[in-house]
This record gives sequence, C-alpha cells and structure tokens, in this order.
Amino acid sequence: MPRVTAAIVGPGNIGTDLMAKLLRSQHLDLRWMVGVDARSDGLARARSAGLETSAEGVGWLVARPELPDIVFEATSAAAHAAHAPLYAQAGIRAVDLTPAAVGPFVCPPVNLDAVHDEPNLNLITCGGQATIPIVAAVSQVAPVDYAEIVASIASRSAGPGTRANIDEFTRTTSRAIESVGGAARGKAIIILNPVDPPMVMRDTVFCAVPVDTDTDAVTASVVAMLERVQGYVPGYALKAEPQFDPVQTPDGQRLRVTVLLEVTGNGDYLPPWAGNLDIMTAAAARVGDVLAHQLEKVTP
Amino acid sequence: MTTAPRPRHPGAVRLTDTTLRDGSHAMRHQWTVEQARAVVRALDDSGVEVIEVSHGDGLGGSSFNYGFSGTDELELIRAAVEETRRARVAVLLLPGVGTVEDLDRAHDLGASVARIATHCTEADVSAQHFGRARRLGMETVGFLMLSHRIGPDALAAQARIMADAGCQCVYVVDSAGALILEAAGDRVSALVAELGTDAEVGFHGHQNLSFGVANSVLAQRNGASQIDGTLCAVGAGAGNAPTEVLAAAFERLGVETGVDVQGILRAADEVVRPMLLRLPWMDRAAIVQGTAGVYSSFLLHAERAAKRYGVPAHAILRAVGEAGYVGGQEDMIIDVAIRLRDGAPSDSVA
Repeated sequence: MPRVTAAIVGPGNIGTDLMAKLLRSQHLDLRWMVGVDARSDGLARARSAGLETSAEGVGWLVARPELPDIVFEATSAAAHAAHAPLYAQAGIRAVDLTPAAVGPFVCPPVNLDAVHDEPNLNLITCGGQATIPIVAAVSQVAPVDYAEIVASIASRSAGPGTRANIDEFTRTTSRAIESVGGAARGKAIIILNPVDPPMVMRDTVFCAVPVDTDTDAVTASVVAMLERVQGYVPGYALKAEPQFDPVQTPDGQRLRVTVLLEVTGNGDYLPPWAGNLDIMTAAAARVGDVLAHQLEKVTP
Repeated sequence: MTTAPRPRHPGAVRLTDTTLRDGSHAMRHQWTVEQARAVVRALDDSGVEVIEVSHGDGLGGSSFNYGFSGTDELELIRAAVEETRRARVAVLLLPGVGTVEDLDRAHDLGASVARIATHCTEADVSAQHFGRARRLGMETVGFLMLSHRIGPDALAAQARIMADAGCQCVYVVDSAGALILEAAGDRVSALVAELGTDAEVGFHGHQNLSFGVANSVLAQRNGASQIDGTLCAVGAGAGNAPTEVLAAAFERLGVETGVDVQGILRAADEVVRPMLLRLPWMDRAAIVQGTAGVYSSFLLHAERAAKRYGVPAHAILRAVGEAGYVGGQEDMIIDVAIRLRDGAPSDSVA
C-alpha cells in the first residue's frame, strides 16, 4: 500500500478523470475528494470509489487531523490562487491543473527533474503539455529562435472557464514554449472545432531552426521524446514524419520543422476525443508519481 | 484622427472596406506602408466610413500557420490612422489567435472599431474581447464566421451571446462563399429578429459562387445595415464582394451608402489594381471551396501544399471540407495533403 497520500480539490470533469488515474497509481494513496457543491456527480463517484469527500471546500481539507502529502487542484485560477497559501502553510505539496501559475511550470518529460522540489507546480495548459515536449526535443538538436503551436480541440471539451478567458491559454502557453520548451520566442494558437462526432485533439508544432540543421537528428530527437510522452499518455501520436521546409521568416531564412500530432485520450472518465483534458490529468498523475517516489525516499 | 460614427437613415448601409485586412490573404500578407497609405487615402476620399487594417487572420496573425506579415500590422495601422480625415480604422481579432493586448496596442495607435471574429458556434469566447473593446471606448462588431454551417435560429442565438457581451453589430460572415441568396437573407432576418434594437446586423460576402454582391443586396433588404467589401474583390478564396460594385449597385437601387461611386471606381481601378499580385478568380479550387463550405483563406495554403506534396488543391480543399475544419486550422491542410499523397482514400482523410 502506498504511504504517500493525496487529495483532489475540484470534482469536475478534470478532477473526476484524474481520480480514475490516481486510483491506479502504485505510488499514491488517493484518500480525499473536495468540492463546493454537495450534489456534484464527481463527489458521488468519489464516495463510491471509497474516498472521503466533502462539499465544504478547502477549509475542510486543511482542518483534517491527517493531512494529505499532495493536493491536486482542478478548480479555477482564482480558486487556486486563494488556496495555494493554505496548502503552503499546512506543508502540503500542490500540483496545480489551473492556469494560476503560482508555482513554476512543469512538463514531465522536459523539466520535472529540475523543479520537483518546488512546493507548488503548475501544469501550464493542455496545448502546452501536448506541444512543449516537441519544442524541447527540437531545441536539444538546434537553436529554436521561434516556435509556434496550434492546438485544435473539440468544442465540447472547452469548458466555461477556458471560454471566458481564452487569452490566458495563449499567453500561458506562449510563455512556457519559451521558458520550458527552450524557444527564444513562442506563440500559441488555439482553435475550437464543433464538428460532430467530436474531433480528437490535434496539435501542430512549428519550429524555426538554422537552415543547415541536421534533419535526421531532429527527427530522432522528436521520436525519442514521443516515446517518453507515450509512457504516460498512450494515445500521443505523430500523424506524419516531421516535415522540413526552407522558409523566409521575419528573422531571415530558416528551416521550418513541422510536427503533426494527435492526442487520443485514455477514456477514463472523459471520452477519448478529449485528449486535451486527458493529457493534463495524465501529466498531473505523472507528476504525482514522481513526487510520491521522492517523498517516500525523504521520509523513511 | 478619430471621428464618431455618422448618423444613418433607416435602410441606409455603411460600407466597411477590408482590402487591407481580408485582401491581405491574396497579397500573402505583404501590404506595404506606402500601399496602405494610398489605399486609405482613396477610400477616405470616396467617403468610405470604416477601413479595416490587420493581418488577414486578424491581429497577431503573423505566423507560420497563416503566413508572416511583410510589414508589421501595427505599422500599417499607424499609417492608416495618419491618412484618414473622415474615415475610422477598424481592426479584426480572432480570439485564440490574438489577445486583448493586441487590441490595446491597435487602440493606442488610433484604431477605433474592434471587430471580433469567432467560428459561428463559438461566440462565447469573444466576451473578454468585447468587454475590453468597450472599456477602451471602441465601437464593436462581431463576426460569426462560416455562418453557413448552422441554421438561422442557431446563428441568431450565437449573435445574442455577442450582443450581450457588448457587441454593437453582429455580422453574418459567409467565409466560404457558400451561401446562396435566401440562405444569406434568412440568416440576416433571424439575426435582425433576435437583436431588435440591441445591435445592428451586418453581412460579409465572398465570391466563390459569385453571390457576394447579390447576397449583400438581399442582406440589406432583410435588415442588414453594415456590409463589407474589398476593392477589386481582392481577398480570400475567389475574393470578397467588391466595394466598388456594392457602392454602384446600392446607388442604382437607391440605397444610401455615403460612398461616391466615381471616387470608389477610381480607387479600385487606379489605386488598388496595379498593386495586386493576383486578380481574384473563380477557379476550380475556389468554386470547390464554395460548394464544400471551406474557409476562403485556405485557398493559397492549399495551393502551396498542392505544389509541395504533388496533389491537387481542389482535392485537398474537398477533404478539408469533409473533415469540417474551421477557420484557423490551416495546419490541417498540410496534414491532409500528406495523407492524400500517401494514397489515403479521400473519405478516410477526415
């Protein structure tokens, strides 16, 4: 039985999907699910799964005689900003699935080793989780002076929070393409597509690299990274070999690397087309496992 | 300089010229400052009240996916504002591509009309941008793109979302040039009925099936009071409803536009036509866009992918239509072209 305990705050779609993943974890003991609405379907599912639940919010959680080691937050940026100090005071590690960005960005296959000691980690955005590994893979081979990503998601997978502040997606993802992906300049574009049946998440990564870049090395690096992501997101796939085109950019003549990705979800709670939501919960679960492993080692 | 909207009589239309925005697609986003100044002067002299200037895909559109601007759009906006005496400068913004900061920068340079565009089913992503535009004191216009994809009532419900978010005029945008007569008129009527006096209704037509002007006339008869065009029809797909034809046709019909027909004919013929890299034309690929309901600005991207991967542009566009891709998904053109090259049957390309 794992000794590191966890709680989820926010029993919505993301929190409920994350629950399914954490219940399978070999390293984490998921014990609590916390919401603010007693009629929440997510809380009911958590109770059936044997979790202790409450609709009284984070105040209830931090007042427990036994506190979780790790809390996963799937509420909103504003809620997490308010809750983060409470977790910090209580000595609870926070894994933040909202765009609050209280703590540093984390993309598991790229920088988890560098930031895992931080008390609060932010999972960027769905588009960031899907594309930043590829930007980083290209950066490992050649300097990327500009990277651009286009994330297309099914309209039904974009909740009211995303819709009310879509700029937050573009801004946060652009920043993380630079700080985590290693591009000198980043740009993110998000498109909602309402087609029925819903489209599976698609992501395209464009990187500008020097014209004499070794394209075989770029392809090999991308494929190696693909396999690392597939380790926790089995439905993460390349739709075609990376494409290389010489193009004129505002910075001059560059080689454009185009990587076409598809992200099919695991279908845990959210349907497989919602790969954008799945890659967030899968990344969160991955971060949780690594933190648990580390906490087991430091608290014998 | 900034002026207030001019008063309009009932039944009159205000023409918005988007040569320097939608026309930018056909110019591969390479308009220069000198060209922008000349176009704005000619439009302003002819009495066109609103002139749109932005990257073809809106503020922040300069990118790998949509094409890099030859000249920063902010430089074009600055030049356009400097040239106007009576006209006002509008900018387009697609949430998901541009952000409110882009709007702030355009406003700082003197742009005074904010046009916010979403796919026709996704109006709610525009609320933060309408909110910001109104706080900046800008006039607001909403664009429901690819309006042919949903019926009149569903479109009107989306228009209501925009109006409630602060939009003062909602456009039926025929991005694919796919609407034919009543299909355009009925959508305009539904929006007019829904919005009443809360917001105006506009129409933006394309020429893929040659109905741009006819649909615009029908839109006016059904209550639209703002109509878009470009000089010489320069624009995405087979081009836009030509501003000079709209002005001439409305004059013949006795509909007031405030535009001097002789002046606008000169602007098209003497100012813009010599600048064009290609004249808009209803070729096979553009007509397929109209019939398959494909976003007009996909045309040049499909032509490029056709050349790169050795498959016909019209086949790419047909497959893109079948897949239901929306404005902004230009990257999927590459994806479709690769699969067509690799021999996937077109029905599995979706």
